[in-house]
Amino acid sequence: MFGKLTLSAIPFDQPIIMGTCIVLILGILAILALITYKKKWGWLWTEWITTVDHKRIGIMYTLLALVMLLRGFSDAIMMRSQQVLASSNGHGFLPPEHYDQIFSAHGTIMIFFMAMPFVVGLMNFVVPLQIGARDVAFPVLNSVSFWLTAAGALLINLSLGIGEFSRTGWLAYPPLSELPFSPGVGVDYYLWSLQISGVGTLLSGVNLLTTLLKLRAPGMRLSMMPVFSWTALASNMLIVAAFPILTATFAMLLLDRYLGTHFFTNDGGGNPMMYINLIWTWGHPEVYILILPPFGVFSEVISTFSRKPLFGYRSMVVATMVITLLAFTTWLHHFFTMGSGADVNGFFGITTMVIAIPTGVKIFNWLFTMYGGRVRFTSPVLWTIGFMVTFTIGGMTGVLMAVPPADFVLHNSLFLVAHFHNVIIGGVVFGCLAGLTYWFPKAFGFRLHEGLGKAAFWCWFVGFYLAFMPLYILGFMGMTRRMNHYDDPSWLPYLLVAEGGAVLIFVGILLQATQLVWSIKKRQTLRAGADPWDGRTLEWSTASPPPPYNFARVPQVACIDAYWEAKQEVTTAPEEPFEAIEMPKNSGLGFFVAFFAVIGGFGMIWHIWWMGILALVAFFALIVWSSWDENDEFELSAREVALFERANPHAA
Amino acid sequence: MTAQQRHDPRRGDASTPGLEGRQAHGSLRGYITGYVLAGALTIAAFAIAPSTGMAPFSVVAALAVLAIAQMLVHLIFFLHINTAPAQKTNVLAFAAAILIIAIVVIGSIWIMGHLNRNMLPMDHLMQMQR
Amino acid sequence: MSSDSASLDMPSEDPGVQLTSRQHVTGFGFYLYLLSDGILFAALFAAFAVLRTATDGGPDGHMLFSARNAFVETACLLTSSFTCGIAMLACDRRNKFVALIGFLVTAVLGIAFLTLEIHEFSDLMAKGYGPDRSAFLSSFFTLVGTHGLHVTCGILWLGVLLVQFLLRGFTPAILRRFLCLSLFWHVLDVVWIGVFTFVYLVGGYL
Repeated sequence: MFGKLTLSAIPFDQPIIMGTCIVLILGILAILALITYKKKWGWLWTEWITTVDHKRIGIMYTLLALVMLLRGFSDAIMMRSQQVLASSNGHGFLPPEHYDQIFSAHGTIMIFFMAMPFVVGLMNFVVPLQIGARDVAFPVLNSVSFWLTAAGALLINLSLGIGEFSRTGWLAYPPLSELPFSPGVGVDYYLWSLQISGVGTLLSGVNLLTTLLKLRAPGMRLSMMPVFSWTALASNMLIVAAFPILTATFAMLLLDRYLGTHFFTNDGGGNPMMYINLIWTWGHPEVYILILPPFGVFSEVISTFSRKPLFGYRSMVVATMVITLLAFTTWLHHFFTMGSGADVNGFFGITTMVIAIPTGVKIFNWLFTMYGGRVRFTSPVLWTIGFMVTFTIGGMTGVLMAVPPADFVLHNSLFLVAHFHNVIIGGVVFGCLAGLTYWFPKAFGFRLHEGLGKAAFWCWFVGFYLAFMPLYILGFMGMTRRMNHYDDPSWLPYLLVAEGGAVLIFVGILLQATQLVWSIKKRQTLRAGADPWDGRTLEWSTASPPPPYNFARVPQVACIDAYWEAKQEVTTAPEEPFEAIEMPKNSGLGFFVAFFAVIGGFGMIWHIWWMGILALVAFFALIVWSSWDENDEFELSAREVALFERANPHAA
Repeated sequence: MTAQQRHDPRRGDASTPGLEGRQAHGSLRGYITGYVLAGALTIAAFAIAPSTGMAPFSVVAALAVLAIAQMLVHLIFFLHINTAPAQKTNVLAFAAAILIIAIVVIGSIWIMGHLNRNMLPMDHLMQMQR
Repeated sequence: MSSDSASLDMPSEDPGVQLTSRQHVTGFGFYLYLLSDGILFAALFAAFAVLRTATDGGPDGHMLFSARNAFVETACLLTSSFTCGIAMLACDRRNKFVALIGFLVTAVLGIAFLTLEIHEFSDLMAKGYGPDRSAFLSSFFTLVGTHGLHVTCGILWLGVLLVQFLLRGFTPAILRRFLCLSLFWHVLDVVWIGVFTFVYLVGGYL
């Protein structure tokens, strides 16, 4: 009846886990009680859970990312503390099997449930506004995508209290992740939660790609699209091209574990290296999926706050597209040491180095945009400058490792760990936080407190250098990644500095939480109009927060930086009457599909087959049920539009 | 039947795969041509495969050419993808997908081939560790 | 910008043609999904190509595959693609009867294809050559089985859609779904060309 699930799956003997679980459960109960007390369930259901508005879905994605950032960061600080305590004779506070789960969970959560939702959330919120569209191409599908991602996140966090998580690193390499070596449910938690959220990401990619290619405002050619939208286009192209490979690869590993096939096993002719080959065919494009939209954020921020058009718009677009293409030709550099030989390693080493060229073009474009501009040093600009310095260092250590002989020395050392944190924190996280600060007033109508934002930036920035520069040195000293214990006492001082850096980043996170709460409390004084930054692109031409339909009149575009040019003309727009707008109806489909995805995923993880079958049947029934109602739109009358527009006057 | 019911593509809208021009789903003649061509190519492939007169490599090459030809027949006559200017996005998207498919398949074969040549097979490795 | 790039750059939101617009946006989005599905199959093809010789002392393609079976399957699928096209032509002319017959024949041929495939699979498994026998057979069953799973989904989809069609006739939503279904069905046939060529012919004879 309950498959492998018994009461012993709950780790009652682990005080750290049980403590965390109790705090989490109490926290969730408190939130639920608060919602009930304030009688907000109906509001939550109609305004958020069933919403198909791309802006709200984008906000929910971002919220998910921030919550998961806390989860992933607590894993990080535990690892840092363990390594400080587990020198020479010390054993630290984490037993090896728990430590292994923590570094696996840290990587998995930070990439799939922090960085991805953050980037997708920003794209979801900004892209339709920026290209002058009223919503994404498939609003209901958008809600399904979000809820599937949330379902994956829920499932992976269930592993905290029920059973265990994978101990196989963030990519679950076989043969370790095969049944003989990982007989527990950890790898199954990993695989099912990523399959579910992966489908969500793929659907979201198709959705945004269609939006970008088919729903741009009249007159907006591709060659006039804002740079963030361009990078979103590139990122979603990569999602659509790469995520199916991930799905197929995980499916093969699942078949190995559930049906006894021999894709990646040691026996039966299986080839574990094929998994590593396929997963990195997805994995390398994935890092560009993550970094390209932040590149777009930096472009928007730097041109807005320098009050100049972006330097080299065309070269920026070309560089983005070249990176998109090259992203698919470098994956072998993740396994130079696997033994493919000189020809193969040489080829992929060169393609990897080539990718630094378009990235360098971008760095120079940003610098030249600032040159001669009147730069306002707001916190988004600080994040951008911090990024330019940090990312350049990270990029150069990357090029160093693109040299196969050097990689043979550095492979799986802390040098590698330092490198990818250097580009992911310095690139993706800084970019997302810059984007968050930049578009926050658009989403909510008030600014984030600037002083606290700047303080948070400096904590993150200095904390990052303290936390990761020692790891480069430790890499050269021979320390490998994922060590639960080590014998060389000369590593300890560096690890102590790294721990200090992690604590400083934690202070930065606390400051950001304070900033958020403070800004919400003082929102009346931080009130922002439609265009608080003197922006250049169309999202600033509508009210903050924008109405559900984004634009009462679909904007006409004739140039790059459409809104900036419109602001330069002193023409009084003729008062045309408003028109009725077709709006998509709310839909519970996404929530229900995700609900059954959790049930089905949980059932499959614990071999409770009836739950899997139930989910499959429910899924089919839901699709049929939702297809039955063909009237998925309603009309917002011209009067309602006029009422809203008069209540919220804005520049356009 | 109103004009609205009929999907009558306006400018720029005439570019969805399967919905080209005025005859939204091609013509009967197109489908028959496609069917006959695809059938002929299938029969040719099944006829060539068992032949022992050719070198194995030539047979594989011939089969690959026939397969690609038949895929093109399907694309042109059934999916109505062509080189009309209105279809540029479709063709570009298709070309990108083909490029990725080629990279994934050929790249995997190349990498794994070199790997197999350079390294011990897994079962030998397991035996050595015993 | 020159005029030939106009189509790529063409903004397609024309408030006057809501219906037409939506039809085309949906069709295009579904086309993108199908391209990504093609890449999913590419990964499975790659696995098959790499693991083709990893028979672990078990049988290889020469011993197992029947070209005759594959030929009949191919004929079923190709013909069903043709009848699906005929049905779409009938949808264009709003000819309910021909459309219905066309889609029904498509579904029947799809079921015939599936029956042949299930028969082949159960035959192999009865002989002890299931997907757990060797890496080669794992990749064979997964590649061909994933295609079969797509065909199954297509038939279920078509079934539900035909019920709605009988109840409601040519509504915009149903026309949109028929368009997507026909794209899906044609692409499955394109994938099958790869399967019969590289699995059954190259794998069976060479």
